[in-house]
Amino acid sequence: MEQIALLVAATLNSGTVLAFAALGLLINERAGIVNLGAEGMMLVAAIAGFATAVHTGNDWIAFAAGGVAGAVLAAAFGVLVIWLNTNQYATGLALSLFGAGFSAFVGIGYTQEKLGEHRAFEIPGLADLPFVGPALFRQHPMVYLAIALTIAIAWFLYRSRAGLVLRAIGESPESAHALGYPVRRIRLLAVMFGGAMCGVAGAYISVVYTHLWVEGMTAGKGWIALALTTFATWRPARVLLGAYLFGGVTMLQLQLQGEGVQLSSQFLTMLPYLATILVLVLISRNASFIRVNMPASIGKPFFPG
Amino acid sequence: MTRLSKRSFVQLAGWGSLAALALLAGCSKEEKTTTTTAPAGTTTTTTTAAAPAPAASGPLKIAFAYVGPVGDGGWTFAHDNARKEVEKEFGSKVQTSFVEKVPEAADAERVFRDMASQGNKLIFGTTFGYMEPMLKVAADLKDVKFEHATGYKQADNMRTYDSRTYEGAYMAGVIAGGMTKTNTLGVVGSVPIPEVVRNINSFTLGAQSVNPKVKTKVVWVNEWFNPPKETEAAQSLINGGADVLMQNTDSSAVLQTAGKAGKYAFGWDSDMKAYSPDAHLASAIINWAPYYKKATQEALDGTWKGGGHTWWGVKEGAIDIVSISDKVPADVKAKVEAAKAGLKDGSFVIWKGPITSNDGKEVLAAGTNADDKFLGGINFFVKGVEGKVPGADKK
Repeated sequence: MEQIALLVAATLNSGTVLAFAALGLLINERAGIVNLGAEGMMLVAAIAGFATAVHTGNDWIAFAAGGVAGAVLAAAFGVLVIWLNTNQYATGLALSLFGAGFSAFVGIGYTQEKLGEHRAFEIPGLADLPFVGPALFRQHPMVYLAIALTIAIAWFLYRSRAGLVLRAIGESPESAHALGYPVRRIRLLAVMFGGAMCGVAGAYISVVYTHLWVEGMTAGKGWIALALTTFATWRPARVLLGAYLFGGVTMLQLQLQGEGVQLSSQFLTMLPYLATILVLVLISRNASFIRVNMPASIGKPFFPG
Repeated sequence: MTRLSKRSFVQLAGWGSLAALALLAGCSKEEKTTTTTAPAGTTTTTTTAAAPAPAASGPLKIAFAYVGPVGDGGWTFAHDNARKEVEKEFGSKVQTSFVEKVPEAADAERVFRDMASQGNKLIFGTTFGYMEPMLKVAADLKDVKFEHATGYKQADNMRTYDSRTYEGAYMAGVIAGGMTKTNTLGVVGSVPIPEVVRNINSFTLGAQSVNPKVKTKVVWVNEWFNPPKETEAAQSLINGGADVLMQNTDSSAVLQTAGKAGKYAFGWDSDMKAYSPDAHLASAIINWAPYYKKATQEALDGTWKGGGHTWWGVKEGAIDIVSISDKVPADVKAKVEAAKAGLKDGSFVIWKGPITSNDGKEVLAAGTNADDKFLGGINFFVKGVEGKVPGADKK
């Protein structure tokens, strides 16, 4: 029983990184821009956050620094693809490669650095409940913030006027432009929001999750987040579900290995990817549902006038 | 429409090749380090093929190819420390340089040729995956001496070397066995190859030598370097009741995770004490300097001979356990020192029968010592390790 509680706790923690990054990417993709630079932005934000945490000792300033770093990179990407109409996929890939190299370069001095000892977090009163206490209420605040962010984004997209405009731009930038909306500026803001969330996720990895900095440390989380938004058909709740599913199966397979389950570890390593894709494809297999949710202009350049 | 898509395809291809170029440029980032006495500007000879051999009076040029960044704090860091020691020892007689983050594939071949064309006469490749590329280059460039770490293929001008990391794992195991309260140890394994399986077994044998009740849980991440995944693996071992962790992966993530959870762990390849002083029990380190000095000396003297494999351990000063924590009780420390002394003078053998595998088979009869061939082919877990070596049943 205690094992299951710990598994749930580890799942929530593991899914949080993916949730932040994927929810951010969801916003810019809803506006019609695909940013394949997620991995690079996360890496730069990971070192930005780590360095800030080393110097200030404050995790929240570190997350903010990570968010700013991600947003700045995303803004550069945004200017290139939105105003200069460079190819979104190629520019995104370039950003990923740049981020990997740049973060390694500026991070040289920080590989031997260490952060202060970590405080344990718990919600007073609830943390001592049997089972649900250790499972749900002893998490880093960011874990709860990820859930709050999901609700906020869902509300924004489907209940607010601004969200409607954002979705309209993703569907048909030409129409939105004809109605007088500043398509390019709104797209830039969406891209920057995506970068900021990837940045927060990257900083969370280095500052809280692994507690260290080494180059290339995000090890593909950005790519998984990108895939997640697509497989979740750009719906916030499904993104969160997918993130937890991926985190959960990852932790479960590691736990199974530790228990000495007789399955090849290579097969188990594959499971999180397989399970996440399977489940999300199954719940989103309705073609018309995909058509409704997929931003029609995604990846396409927009030439006003 | 077709025109447009064609154009965007060309654009994509352009960007793609640009990106590929950037990647290549990133990989071949060369950092030159020269000894202070070496005349400046001599390192960057850019002549392509068939560069003339440097005058016999010049320093011996030695190049190192690393798979990771020198700042990894582990495997590559250890190699680079040894390179620096070679510089210190031989001074102006040698001139060393290195290329970091050389991928284990075709790119490595280009890097080796590059090194040779720059006049390097002794080239070290420090990861298993350089075996084939190095063999190919060695066949073409007979006047260059090649040294390959952890491989098994040799040539007239290429030889191999390795360290007995399992001796460090055993000594760490002795400490783990003395420190565990739950009698459950956890190992984060990288890739299930004999070297790693041997380390896990030796770690367990070490622990059992002081605490027969110990059992070891193993979780594989199937990668050498993936800090978030190493963290997750460590966490799952802790969730499963392990209170002392060990890893065969390249980052300090496992140690840090143990620190966060209030458990214990070890440093691997390099001294990792600074990363998490409270959780750090000791570091099992590799010291490549003795071998690098020997090879350099031989190359300078002209006694260097190709072929053959060198496998050094505690005895030759290549393996050690350092920075043992004050939390380790004195009697456990004494046992570690005894094992180290025994390994040093050859009176103690780790792989000595009887040893049984965890499915009850006797793999080493009582009184026999395992030879290097046996050690090189270990694909079973000893008694006390849980689970099965992945892929071991299909041969």
